[in-house]
Amino acid sequence: MKTEAITVNIGPQHPSTHGVFRLRVTFDGEVIQDVEAVFGYLHRGSEKLAEERTYTQVITLTDRLDYVASMTNNQAYVLACENLMDIEVPERGQYLRMIAAELQRIASHFVATGFLLQDLGAMATPLMYGFRERERILDMFEMLCGARITNTYMRIGGVFQDAPEEFWGSLRSFLDGMPGFLDEFDSLLRGNEILLARTKDIGVLEASEAINCSVTGPVLRSTGVAWDLRKVDPYELYPRIKFDIPIGTNGDNYDRFVIRLAEIRQSISIIDQCYEQIEAGPVRSTNELLFYPKTGDAYGKVEAPKGELGFYLVSDGGIAPYRCKIRSPSLINLTMIKDLLIGSKLSDMIVTLGSIDINMGEVDR
Amino acid sequence: MTYGLGLFKGMLVTLRNFFRPVVTVQYPDRRVGIFYLAKKANISVIRFLLESPRESVKSLLGLVRVPVYVEQNPRFRGEEFTWYEDRCTGCASCAKYCPLGIIRIETHESGEYLQEGQSYFVDTFDIDIGRCMFCGICVEACPYDALFMGTGFERGRYQRSELVIPIEELKAASKRPSTWFRPQLESQKFDPWKSEADWETVGREAYKWHPKRPAQSGNPNQEDQVKE
Amino acid sequence: MSGSFLESNVIFQEIYCVLAGSKYAGESCSAQGLLPVGYDWIGFFIAGFAIMFILANAFMLGAAVFVYSERRLLGKFQLRTGPNRVGPFGLLQPIADILKLLMKEDIVPNGADKPVHTLAPIVMLAPAILVTAVIPFGSGYFLTDLNVGLLYIVAVSGMITIAIFMAGWSCNNRYALFGSMRGVAQLISYELPMVFSMVGILILTGSLSLIDVVNAQDIPFILVQPMAFVIFLIGTSAELNRTPFDIVEAESEIIAGYHTEYSGIKFALFQAAEMGSILVSGAVVATLFLKGWEGPFLPGPIWFLIKVYGFVFLMIWVRATLPRLRVDQVMGFAWKFLLPLSLVNIFVTGASVFILGDMENGVRVLDSVDLLLVGAINLLSLIACLVLAGFFMKTKASGGRSREILVSEFDPAGREVLT
Ligand code: SF4
Ligand code: SF4
Repeated sequence: MKTEAITVNIGPQHPSTHGVFRLRVTFDGEVIQDVEAVFGYLHRGSEKLAEERTYTQVITLTDRLDYVASMTNNQAYVLACENLMDIEVPERGQYLRMIAAELQRIASHFVATGFLLQDLGAMATPLMYGFRERERILDMFEMLCGARITNTYMRIGGVFQDAPEEFWGSLRSFLDGMPGFLDEFDSLLRGNEILLARTKDIGVLEASEAINCSVTGPVLRSTGVAWDLRKVDPYELYPRIKFDIPIGTNGDNYDRFVIRLAEIRQSISIIDQCYEQIEAGPVRSTNELLFYPKTGDAYGKVEAPKGELGFYLVSDGGIAPYRCKIRSPSLINLTMIKDLLIGSKLSDMIVTLGSIDINMGEVDR
Repeated sequence: MTYGLGLFKGMLVTLRNFFRPVVTVQYPDRRVGIFYLAKKANISVIRFLLESPRESVKSLLGLVRVPVYVEQNPRFRGEEFTWYEDRCTGCASCAKYCPLGIIRIETHESGEYLQEGQSYFVDTFDIDIGRCMFCGICVEACPYDALFMGTGFERGRYQRSELVIPIEELKAASKRPSTWFRPQLESQKFDPWKSEADWETVGREAYKWHPKRPAQSGNPNQEDQVKE
Repeated sequence: MSGSFLESNVIFQEIYCVLAGSKYAGESCSAQGLLPVGYDWIGFFIAGFAIMFILANAFMLGAAVFVYSERRLLGKFQLRTGPNRVGPFGLLQPIADILKLLMKEDIVPNGADKPVHTLAPIVMLAPAILVTAVIPFGSGYFLTDLNVGLLYIVAVSGMITIAIFMAGWSCNNRYALFGSMRGVAQLISYELPMVFSMVGILILTGSLSLIDVVNAQDIPFILVQPMAFVIFLIGTSAELNRTPFDIVEAESEIIAGYHTEYSGIKFALFQAAEMGSILVSGAVVATLFLKGWEGPFLPGPIWFLIKVYGFVFLMIWVRATLPRLRVDQVMGFAWKFLLPLSLVNIFVTGASVFILGDMENGVRVLDSVDLLLVGAINLLSLIACLVLAGFFMKTKASGGRSREILVSEFDPAGREVLT
């Protein structure tokens, strides 16, 4: 019987490409023969725009990179600026940043797992449960900085303002309620036979391959490599915090899913410790909005929810960066998509894409 | 382990959530039933039915709406900036620091008050809300506490040009400033959702230090001189 | 026509009685008929069509109610409100939806096979409505009592496969093609275990007529045939393209499957057919396993509705919880698990009836205790099968233990891998 491969455009408008992302896939029946990833539909030229904004103004651009994790984007950028200008940050400011970043990690992982399960066909229920908790985080962000998604919370030299009183109360109640919710979330789907059948041993990534592709974040850790910038190359006050790095053994979709849930638990314990350790004091070392750094360059990096997020800034002594390079984890994690997908089925492709957790705002920048 | 046990555990979780209260809030209004109306009138449902049959039928048909009002945090960065004409010196720091350059300020010299150079009369103060991203850097940059983030979030318009807030509108708007980046408002426990704030109370310091203090009280500089 | 048919069918009898009068309709009808003598066949047709009219409209109304209840209940499961704007509690939402769909442009894609494209929704809707013909809604409420009722249901609902294939193939869209290919494979696979699961009931009742099946249920067959019930439930949810078997229209994978390219009234017909078939399947489940219309206190049709909506709630609940299977897993589940299970069910039921039943006039008759015993044996073998399956699955999945490992301190071994 003569058969013919068919080529399908998955995207740019497709329910589960997580943004405007296009995959040109050649199918043999349901089996994928070839994948060509096409992105750039959401390109806004953030790097170029940064060159004509002052250092403070660029913070607003970073909000829009990975729009489900604005806080960590802010953090990576201001860390780069502080490295560039040798600015010290007061301890309270650092703690506030860590709390915000970990809250953001929880929120981002809820979105990631929620959409992964949505891609698996769980009809948005886990997504809604995750969003219910994420909503509480966003409410806390609103207390912190008046905005929920595009925070612009951090400033060079600290955070823009101290947290209000009511923030600590709601943070406490959030932290207390979270483990119970996570247990419920676990029992909702983690032992589910269908989920296991759909995710175990699917989209397997080898550790060596992951490292060769410079994959970072939960995707790398799922392959069994304990690489977490918060431990490996600590920034802020992470050395004072005790936490574990969850790693997987197989590097399959299930590991990536489970690791995110485990990381949420770790983040809760990190916030808990920050909550215990934080003391009164200034939150910002400089109130300047204009900076004239020395000529030179600097790199700032954080462990963003999706992997290593880095900002490389080159200064020529002016008020704006001469060059701003963004190392976005989503883009680099996406580069090995072809190796993961070829040979798998259409349904698995969607799940694998969801488990990598890309964000097109960050991929296209 | 029996095959299928995980499925049932998950089903039980969803069933438990089925009986939990709904978390979503309806906006801008919600439909209320007869029970709500009776409870609001503080009478039993049957009495309500007898007393106001028209309302009852309407509510049973789902025609009675009550507006839903969710309080935002006082720090909420919203649209329609609160701008105090009396505090603004026309320095245009806000315009300069805005990442998008969407604030347009035109001034002319007043020559009335002498303070660190000159104070200006502001002729034009346009904010193009359609492009604004509510980052608040303009508010942070304002050295005289004249510009505040607003608290509104309902500004759907049919044309982009209608999204430019002109100075007249800024002047006329009710003064409900967000407490964002204004610790002095926060320490007053000011809540923009409950009360308005006039220009004398919103400053970082006592208003008498402000260059545009009302004329009858005299110029702060002069006052200082008098004291000396 | 046959007297027994007229006597047992209440609605038919009422209408026919008024039209044809006592001369034709029997002694219980005293009045003179409206129709002249010799034209009673018109009354016969009108009575039949009246019931059909009621059924078809009930089907559409049921579909609308189902759409509403599904959206509301799903919302509740997901801590949302669901539609509540149109009319009281949003009850008029389906009407608004239908109006919207009616007013939409009917798009036929370029390169589509137009006649087939147009025909597909009708072919989809017709069998779903046809199935209602044999279902007894109450004692004496039915259109017809076929003596091959079960077979008729299976045969007619099998036609849906053709509609799905027509829709997917005709509209020149690759997502639709994927959906229809999946649909054909899936529906054919699940037909088999579903039909086999009915065999146990046939053994117990000895009749294919649905009314006989209901009358034979001294104890609801869900207690006597739990294994068949489970198989039938899974089979129907696969036949209806509901989660976890909704690969045919997996919205996160192939947009909407076979009806990706449909809009307007054609789309509405597809939706009506799908939603209505769920109700019809609920009716079949209620008839086969839940004692049909029978129940204490309340009248028959109301009990019937309660049972149908119990099934509907279960379907919505499952949809709110479970993820979907992959295509090959769906097929594997049907052929490797359900089909053997249904064969086990036939064997177990047959054997227990053979052993427990007492010969009476060449038929084996079981009393209530015997039936419960059959049920217990059935349940035990179901659990045994599930445990066995769980054992196989466990050994098959690699590892099987919890895989997340926590690394407390930065591990130099990790760095070793890196260099
Ligand atoms: S909020 Fe930001 S974008 Fe809007 S006017 Fe102020 S500085 Fe410009
Ligand atoms: S609002 Fe503030 S920053 Fe802007 S011109 Fe007036 S005083 Fe200057």
